[in-house]
Amino acid sequence: MDGARRGFLKRSIAFLAAQGLISGRAKDADAAEPLEVPTWMKSPGAGFNDYGVPAKYESKVTRTFGRSQPGTTGSGAIRTPLEALEGAITPSGLHFERSHSGVPDIDPSKHRLLIHGMVKRPLIFTVDALLRYPMVSRVHFIECAGNSQLLYQPAPPNLTVGQTHGLVSCSEWTGVPLRLLLGEAGVDPAAPWILAEGADAAAMSRSVPMAKAMDDAILALFQNGERLRPENGYPVRLFLPGWEGNMSVKWLRRIKVVSAPVMTKDETSRYTDLQGDGKSLMFTYPMEVKSLITRPSHGMTVPGPGVYQISGIAWSGEGAIRRVEVTTDGGQSWDKATLDAPVLPRALTRFRLPWRWDGGAVVLKSRAVDDAGNVQPERAKFIAEHGNNAIFHCNAIQAWSVAPSGEVKHVYA
Amino acid sequence: MSTRDLVCSAVALVVAGCAAGARISDSTRMGTPNLGRPATQAEIATWDISVGPDGVGLPPGGGTAAKGAAVYEQKCQACHGAKGAGQPNDRLVGGQGTLASKTPVRTVGSYWPYATTVFDYVRRAMPYIQPQSLSNDDVYALTAYLLYLNGIIREQDEINAQTLPKVAMPNRDNFIVVYPRRAP
Repeated sequence: MDGARRGFLKRSIAFLAAQGLISGRAKDADAAEPLEVPTWMKSPGAGFNDYGVPAKYESKVTRTFGRSQPGTTGSGAIRTPLEALEGAITPSGLHFERSHSGVPDIDPSKHRLLIHGMVKRPLIFTVDALLRYPMVSRVHFIECAGNSQLLYQPAPPNLTVGQTHGLVSCSEWTGVPLRLLLGEAGVDPAAPWILAEGADAAAMSRSVPMAKAMDDAILALFQNGERLRPENGYPVRLFLPGWEGNMSVKWLRRIKVVSAPVMTKDETSRYTDLQGDGKSLMFTYPMEVKSLITRPSHGMTVPGPGVYQISGIAWSGEGAIRRVEVTTDGGQSWDKATLDAPVLPRALTRFRLPWRWDGGAVVLKSRAVDDAGNVQPERAKFIAEHGNNAIFHCNAIQAWSVAPSGEVKHVYA
Repeated sequence: MSTRDLVCSAVALVVAGCAAGARISDSTRMGTPNLGRPATQAEIATWDISVGPDGVGLPPGGGTAAKGAAVYEQKCQACHGAKGAGQPNDRLVGGQGTLASKTPVRTVGSYWPYATTVFDYVRRAMPYIQPQSLSNDDVYALTAYLLYLNGIIREQDEINAQTLPKVAMPNRDNFIVVYPRRAP
């Protein structure tokens, strides 16, 4: 990440404080306050909305936008405010966005999906046709490969959990299994890859192994029960559960069945992982097992000694979360957190742990393990293995310090 | 109707219900909807703009760095700086030998493993405000110019569908393919 973006994010922490997301110390007591019948019980409430919006008192819960590429408005990313959310599902309006050339305004009646290449029957589908196909609904996270990249930096960022890690969100996605359409096109059984291409101004494209395309790939038409939001690929996107977000090509217009990876810009110059020795990892598809404590987290203030619930999210692109362990003493001891049911593969899983804070300086961390046996690594170990030069696929453990003042800060510990 | 008959009827209904449920979910027996219409070769040619590392998909035409320099100054320089030096947007030239340092500079010359990707990406996505507006000859010329500025080809070398896939990129052998991922 470059200096300009870091600068912006540092400024935005002040904005977040102004939003009221960072709590002040609790007032001593409200015991003397008389209970009155509130005014909103003394006259009828408002009528109905044709499309509901959040309570006006929650209007400050918004995504954090870093910056666009200079001279552009739509090339960049906007982050989910993880610190303000609970449960496992991300509201569609707060889902993170990553676009490479803005959000196209696609008329669904004019959108077409072409399937061609190594197939017996090249086919063109309308959106209305896709809506008539058998569908499945699946709850899955999607995470940008560049999420958490600030942890590659030598110093911990002075940013909230959403600003640092908010390029992950979780929705129920509904759509057509891609294998149905590949089957209709008569895909060559020997073809090992497909190319997926979007209808945005970047014609963003990625090569995808046929094994994934025929396994759990979905042509998603619905998100959280309603048609996709434009910024999430309306009218149809590819969805590849557990794999780095950019491969789930939005605004999908073309699938070409091919014999080898096409080596597009976004699988060579981008979304490859430069290691400390100058070599780069290529085709690092699944997002690795990760967890974050979202409450308390950086920028919040714990009001005083007492009993709290630590709350956080965990996920893995390689399966379901098996367990999450939390330390409240900087790693001397680890307690097993409770996982909210259902614990679904490749979905955000909410974890919780009761915590009695005695008012002393402590460090909080969480560590996730998935059912494939992958363990989230400590940051020092992760950096020792991968170096500081990569941008993508950082799943290092996140640590928060709590000072005697109650102030919670991002630390490397 | 006796109690026994009632129970039997109820059991029969449940069995029938289960069978019906199974039949509905087993859509493969019915086949799939087949709602796609055949695509003609002409339609495919209009949309298929992808170029593989073997050169498949490269169109007729060609260009050299000299012509590419003129196109670059007009279409690219405002965002990518004189001679690909960068600013305000990505730097396109230089950085070779920096990838293992503390300040790696990733450019077409220092990082990109395939020259065909330059043609593919410029044609589909550049200039940012006017994608798919350049002629194939202009894209070939720009590709030649960027490869020349990076010291990978000579100024007079013609870049076309035959020559571009043969260009050896300096960082080509420094990528480790990890899919499918090894077991932990």
